Amino acid sequence: MITVQPISEDSIILYFGNEISLQITQTIMRLVEQLTLNSPSHIFSEKIKQNILEVTPSYTSLFIQYRSSQLSGDELSHALQVWTHSSDLTGQQFESKTTHQLPVYYHPEVGPDLHYLTLRHKLSQEEVVQRHQQTDYHVYAIGFAPGFAFLGNVDPHIATPRHDSPRLHIPAGSVGIANQQTAVYPSDSPGGWQIIGNCPLSLFSLEANPMTPFNIGDKVKFNAITRNEFLQLGGIICTHWK
Amino acid sequence: MHSLEIINPGPLSLIQDLGRFGATQHGLTQGGPIDLHAYCWGNYFLGNDMSCPQIEITLGQASFKAHNNLLCALTGAKLNAQIDGQPLSLWQSFILKKNQLLTLDYPTHGLRSYLAVKNGFKAPKIFNSVATVIRDNIGTFALKQGDMLSCSPFLDSIQAKSTAYQHLIPPRFLPQYTKKINLRVIESYQEKQFIAEDKHTLYHYPYQVSPFCDRMGCRLTGPVINSHQINLISEPIANGAIQIPPNGQPIILLNDRQTLGGYPKIGCIAKIDLPQLAQAKPDTEIHFIKGNLQKLQQEWLRFVRFFNLPF
Repeated sequence: MITVQPISEDSIILYFGNEISLQITQTIMRLVEQLTLNSPSHIFSEKIKQNILEVTPSYTSLFIQYRSSQLSGDELSHALQVWTHSSDLTGQQFESKTTHQLPVYYHPEVGPDLHYLTLRHKLSQEEVVQRHQQTDYHVYAIGFAPGFAFLGNVDPHIATPRHDSPRLHIPAGSVGIANQQTAVYPSDSPGGWQIIGNCPLSLFSLEANPMTPFNIGDKVKFNAITRNEFLQLGGIICTHWK
Repeated sequence: MHSLEIINPGPLSLIQDLGRFGATQHGLTQGGPIDLHAYCWGNYFLGNDMSCPQIEITLGQASFKAHNNLLCALTGAKLNAQIDGQPLSLWQSFILKKNQLLTLDYPTHGLRSYLAVKNGFKAPKIFNSVATVIRDNIGTFALKQGDMLSCSPFLDSIQAKSTAYQHLIPPRFLPQYTKKINLRVIESYQEKQFIAEDKHTLYHYPYQVSPFCDRMGCRLTGPVINSHQINLISEPIANGAIQIPPNGQPIILLNDRQTLGGYPKIGCIAKIDLPQLAQAKPDTEIHFIKGNLQKLQQEWLRFVRFFNLPF
């Protein structure tokens, strides 16, 4: 059951359900594509497509800010209601063909919470690493900070809640776990996730095109690398964890 | 051509335009002027397009030197401003002549000032906007001493005489930035999951602006509103959203907010009321009032149409 609700004078939100699932993500991304100005799809009128200011997808919701001087919220909501009842929902789903291979150096010197995870889950360090890197992840959302991709789902045997109080500084590249989610911090940032390793690749740069390699729906694989490989790829070992 | 020199940026001076739209999909937040009302009047006084970039100056204590004759306007916080020591009136256009020094003192009322120039300051665009978001490392960095900002020189003194001082703000639109403000709430997001007693609390007790406020959000203190009964999957956050974290103290999220968040939200502050919050100093008393969506949409549309905003 998809619901459409007004949020403010010029924005609405669609809720697609209460469970995180790849199918919902694909439905959301298909709608995002259809609302894009240059989309070949004619499900939404040019008037609607031209007057959308912002489209923000998340796990199970989609936020739309519209140009309220040109388009009424009722008109937009109505078009979206029609879409939710259309056969389009059960048709061909959006599916990403991209898989990102991310090298990760898993070690306490770049992953200060690795030891805690071994104690909490009564696993060896090798088992924790193995369970983290053997999973095929998907990008469910991008947000919080530029290029920050929320990946799921983490193996339940190593899923771990956030720290009660976030760290003030997490170095770029840090690979973290928060419950069933995992992610790489693209830039230095505060954050509360459990850090188990570091990926030496640059995942966000204003100079790069695209700025971030990730798109929602993409597949992600982590591959363990040695300390030497990490350093050769430009990895930096942070010595001042706060 | 370099035309305005930053002699002293004060605590925080940032280049802002209307904000960055269409990039939240990459995790980039919108930015833009926290006080849209003061910003729009600045461009209005100069006959500028509303997207012309200005300097947002937080807590005054800043000074700027013109390297050409410039047509300017200064709006926002009530403060003592001077040109070469001579008092300057706010909320109208004025000419800053070559080599003159514009200084701003600490505000007596409000927090943020907007310095506009004819045709705007020039800065590199990212996603079609020059808005600076320090948290995202996007846009021109916070302005610092010695920075030079390019803008169109204002050459013709006859043109200057005929253009300056023409527009004045009607007194009813001149904000007072009082120590007690009313903010109307559009109930949305998880509002149905908050219990009636907690909504009653929100609307019947005053909240105070805490010292922990920045361009990302404004933390309030006051009676606790329970939200721990609400489970939420991280979702997109609108400007002005009222977030209730587990400690029950509301946080109003502003222009530089995180794009996604997992704390429950009871609704959004009316857009037309947000400029008052933008200027609220710590200890300002806030009274929340339940708003009517249709009525607030009409008020917002009047504002958008008056300034010919692309919203």
